[in-house]
Amino acid sequence: MATATPEATVDKAALLEFLLRTGDNALVLGHRVSEWCGHSPVLEEDIALANTALDLIGQTQLWLGLAGEVGGRGRTADDLAYLRDGYEFRNLLLVERPNGDFGKTLMRQFLFDAWHYLLLKALKGSTDRRIAEIAEKAFKEVAYHLERSRDLIIRLGDGTAESHRRMQEALADLWPYTGEMFVGDASDAALAEAGVVPSPESLKAGWDEIVADALAEATLKRPADGYMHKGGRRGVHTEHLGYILSELQFLQRAYPGATW
Amino acid sequence: MYAQMVKTDSTRLRSLDEMDPVERAFQERVDAGQKIEPKEWMPEGYRKTLVRQISQHAHSEIVGQLPEGNWITRAPTLERKAILLAKVQDEAGHGLYLYCAAETLGVSRDELYEQLHSGKAKYSSIFNYPTLTWADIGAIGWLVDGAAIMNQVPLQRCSYGPYSRAMIRICKEESFHQRQGYDILMKMVKGTPAQKAMVQDALNRWWWPSLMMFGPSDDASVHSAQSMAWKIKQNSNDELRQKFVDQTVPQAKYLGLTVPDPDLTWNEEKGGYDFGQPDWEEFFNVIAGNGPCNAERLEARRKAWNDGAWFRDGLTAHAEKMAERRAAAKIAAE
Repeated sequence: MATATPEATVDKAALLEFLLRTGDNALVLGHRVSEWCGHSPVLEEDIALANTALDLIGQTQLWLGLAGEVGGRGRTADDLAYLRDGYEFRNLLLVERPNGDFGKTLMRQFLFDAWHYLLLKALKGSTDRRIAEIAEKAFKEVAYHLERSRDLIIRLGDGTAESHRRMQEALADLWPYTGEMFVGDASDAALAEAGVVPSPESLKAGWDEIVADALAEATLKRPADGYMHKGGRRGVHTEHLGYILSELQFLQRAYPGATW
Repeated sequence: MYAQMVKTDSTRLRSLDEMDPVERAFQERVDAGQKIEPKEWMPEGYRKTLVRQISQHAHSEIVGQLPEGNWITRAPTLERKAILLAKVQDEAGHGLYLYCAAETLGVSRDELYEQLHSGKAKYSSIFNYPTLTWADIGAIGWLVDGAAIMNQVPLQRCSYGPYSRAMIRICKEESFHQRQGYDILMKMVKGTPAQKAMVQDALNRWWWPSLMMFGPSDDASVHSAQSMAWKIKQNSNDELRQKFVDQTVPQAKYLGLTVPDPDLTWNEEKGGYDFGQPDWEEFFNVIAGNGPCNAERLEARRKAWNDGAWFRDGLTAHAEKMAERRAAAKIAAE
């Protein structure tokens, strides 16, 4: 294939936007999941959640590392994670939702995993080799995240009356935050055109199918697609993100320039 | 090890001649360095002591997630965050091996949890101290895991097979933990004056509680003598504490830190350090539930367990439904 390398042809700003969005999703969800450490309902879950958080933090390092390179201002993954303010973060609102009970945490994970899985699967075929390589590694991890969260959603949905109720409530609470995953903008369109990323809209059908299958098996009812909250992908967040960042960034902010 | 002052139910140590033939055969196997396995005969006191010791150790791993978990969301870099997550995950894994080892002695994890939550079972006093700064995460790896290793290395040779094998795995991971703790501190003492001050402050607070981890002097303890005869314990508390101090003081010097003990001096004759005594009154207070974090630690564990009841019940109910459905499908097929 003797085509021009997309690295040279696609819009840098659009590429940076995509990398920040993908890295920030992993960072913020990894942060939320790690809040459970030592507090989960059963020891095996403490181990499994730490594992999920660890995968997500590892992915953050790769995506934000590449974002730093593409951005061309000498910023590292740590600079991007620790020294940006909330309006510069590009994660989905879904991943900054508070953990709630363990059922809500698992439901958030499942709704995100199903989308993340499809995104990474498509990114493995990206025309940008660097993106394809990260996706290759992350996809293996996320395929397992999805297997696990899907399985737990089903078992709890079809468990006791109480576990069913909690899962149904979690679903209702989180559903309005799922629409944002599938709404593209001009920068998505430019990258999709160049074959660098899939368009967000193109992931919807696959996601609907994964979710519908799991919910049916879980005996849970899919909420109606009503109003969908948006904003995270363009830096307009919920109040929760500020608190995440004040914790996450505390040391870097309190001791500027120190190395750790 | 994170077990302190484990009782044995013995009032005095008996000689081989005083034992009946079955117990004598057991003791002779232990003396010969053979491993005792779960299905084999063992004295009831041996079984109970092991359950106490292993469960105390397991509970310590589980409660030990809390002080370190306290800094995961605030770790200063992505790499430090990943390392700390992996470390705390290891601690949970250690808890899991140890509860499994205890299960081979006929006690379930749920029963042991019940003992922890009711306050009947203990865990190491060290986890009742707070982690106040990032340097505390380094200090825990360096000092707390360092003290644990000192105790656990001999336990790899414990007479009880499942415990011994669990300890072999655990020790490998603990030495990685200790290195990561020391590495955190190395980076900080080479950093700004504020970072260095933070490290010294952490050492000031963690030094004495780390020495307390070995427990009070047990040279005169019948429980300790019995545990040694059973090869559940290999060294006295004072021996291990001495070894720990001898190993750690040069490391503190290398970091450019001052060990907060005015009595600390090198004793050429014994080839080790002379050092002061920890405040044993504080130790007994922490053991009795009056440490700075006892109430929070226990409450966090109880809350995790109670809030998670619906989750565990849900999974159990689902498993039962699936079994019923399989049975019904089998009948329908016949």
